[in-house]
Amino acid sequence: MEFAQLLLGGISGGCVYGLVALGFVLIYKATESVNFAQGDLMMLGAFFTLQFVNAAYWGLPFWLGLAMAVVVMAVIGYAMEALIIRRLFGQPQFAVVILTIAIGFVLRFLAGFIWGHEPLTLETPFAGQNLSIMGLAISVDEVFVLGTTVVLTLALYLFFAKTRLGVAMQASSQNQLAAYYMGVPVKRIHGLVWAISGGIATIAGILFASRGSIDPNLGLLGIKAFAAAVIGGFGSLPGALLGGLIVGLVEPFSGRYMPAGYSQIMPYAIMLVVLVIRPNGLFAQVQSKKV
Amino acid sequence: MRFQQKTAYDDDINLYEDRYQAFWYIALVGVAAALPFLVSSYFLGEVVNVLILAIAGMGLMVLAGHTGQASLGHAAFLACGAYMEAWLNNKGVPFLISFPVAGLFAGVVGVLIAIPALKMSGIYLAIATLAVGIVAEDVIVLLEPYTGGIGGTFVNAINLFGVEIDRYANPSAFYWLCLGVAVVVALGYANLLRSATGRAFVAIRDSEVSARAMGINIARTKMMAFFLSCFVTGLSGALMAHFLGAFNYEAFLITVSIQLLLMIVVGGMGSIHGAFFGAMVIGFLPQIITLIRQQVSMTAVPGLDTGVFAVILVAIIIIEPLGLYGQWIKTRIWWQLFPMARRDMFRRQKSYLKTERMR
Repeated sequence: MEFAQLLLGGISGGCVYGLVALGFVLIYKATESVNFAQGDLMMLGAFFTLQFVNAAYWGLPFWLGLAMAVVVMAVIGYAMEALIIRRLFGQPQFAVVILTIAIGFVLRFLAGFIWGHEPLTLETPFAGQNLSIMGLAISVDEVFVLGTTVVLTLALYLFFAKTRLGVAMQASSQNQLAAYYMGVPVKRIHGLVWAISGGIATIAGILFASRGSIDPNLGLLGIKAFAAAVIGGFGSLPGALLGGLIVGLVEPFSGRYMPAGYSQIMPYAIMLVVLVIRPNGLFAQVQSKKV
Repeated sequence: MRFQQKTAYDDDINLYEDRYQAFWYIALVGVAAALPFLVSSYFLGEVVNVLILAIAGMGLMVLAGHTGQASLGHAAFLACGAYMEAWLNNKGVPFLISFPVAGLFAGVVGVLIAIPALKMSGIYLAIATLAVGIVAEDVIVLLEPYTGGIGGTFVNAINLFGVEIDRYANPSAFYWLCLGVAVVVALGYANLLRSATGRAFVAIRDSEVSARAMGINIARTKMMAFFLSCFVTGLSGALMAHFLGAFNYEAFLITVSIQLLLMIVVGGMGSIHGAFFGAMVIGFLPQIITLIRQQVSMTAVPGLDTGVFAVILVAIIIIEPLGLYGQWIKTRIWWQLFPMARRDMFRRQKSYLKTERMR
């Protein structure tokens, strides 16, 4: 019984990590750069939703607020790419890493400035509601988390594999110059990817907020999502979700069955083991290095 | 402008370009040595902080700036040095022995971490070192018998040749100690870059495959870079232990690691000066912000210095990827060539990215 409960909590927690990891992977897959600010985008998305939905602020209906937050964050994601990241087009990957870390710091500061550093709770329509299936107490927000994640991952996977735009995104990542020659508007595609990833970050933020409180340092959760993305292999969307689930499951189980203090280390320990055994992730896509 | 005639091949790798440059560096060290007589002890403490950060920055610079192996977990090695120093210090080991041992310990830990890290590159290495930095926080707490766990640990004053060196009781002596270490490390670093090992580091940074083709033993050289980097960082950690007096794991959080890396980027990647410039920005920015805030009588905003620092960083990466030192070099060259400098002289070359993933 306890086992099943831990399993359920782990899966719904893992879905949030998986969604943040999905944001990393999306940007990496399409632009070859890693967005270290993804966790902070998630935090910002959650705060925007809170601003729109909570009675203490604007008090809009939940679904309307959610949609607005996703749109706002997509615009912010696009603007970040168009105004800042695009300046580094053609610079080494490492510069983007540093830049996104710095942007993350700025976002964290801004959120702290606007909404304060106290933990806040997002008011969701399904907070506190419980379903009881075969004696298991399943809260509605866990079902919501699970459903949203599966649908989003599937949609993104199909988007990348089947649609024209998705293929163009893959092309622009594999070889920017060749993609230009084929008529792919590489820069606009990059902006679009950042917009999508901002939207996903918002949804991840809302899912996280539905399970607990949010504060400006929420973005540090992004580091745990890194572990998820790496375990899954940075270039694979289903891998990101799997990695997220592994991290999400390991946490409650190691917290329950291992001595105190080890449960925070476990996700990173697993990630380091994966990196040592398979330096490019479980679903590695690198075959050989070129000059 | 000055013209310089080179009469020997060694002139290309001399520590100083010419006598004027040597003079200015010696003058700088002279002014630095006289600083305790010129400024208040509060300001001196800030300068000590900058020096310690600069030593740590030089440690990271060897790895990130010259070998191209970005480490996002260098606070872990800072912690290795600090805790080793504290442990030995409390056992009554004299500073002359405990100080190098603290550095060596950090260096050895660095090599142990380098062994699996050799296989990784780029983004994976950055994330793996990030994980090392996070795990280190928890390991410090778990190793309570040695580190004092959450409660932390403390160090006693240094006794060097009968002189009691303590941050509060004898601030000038502690300052001179830090300055001495910083100067020795900087000189060693500059000499390293003139040696075959240092050039091998740079070769690996620029192209690993080409470096291997030139006959460089990649694994050995990278391990060497990790060892030297962590050794120097450990030394800085040992000094930091004495600077803080009493400390716990919170002095070595993952944010410290990230800040170290951002620091050397602001200062200028791939230059010794960059470590010092970056340390100055990090060290003095909070004071400057406080001063400005007092001028405009603004209320305190939590996290303002980090926010301002991050904005400066974003601006620097976009405008000047070589950091403050790069800007300094450009300004200097502009004046040296005075009416002749042209706008496109420093145009950056762009390259199109290709994926390393094959599918």
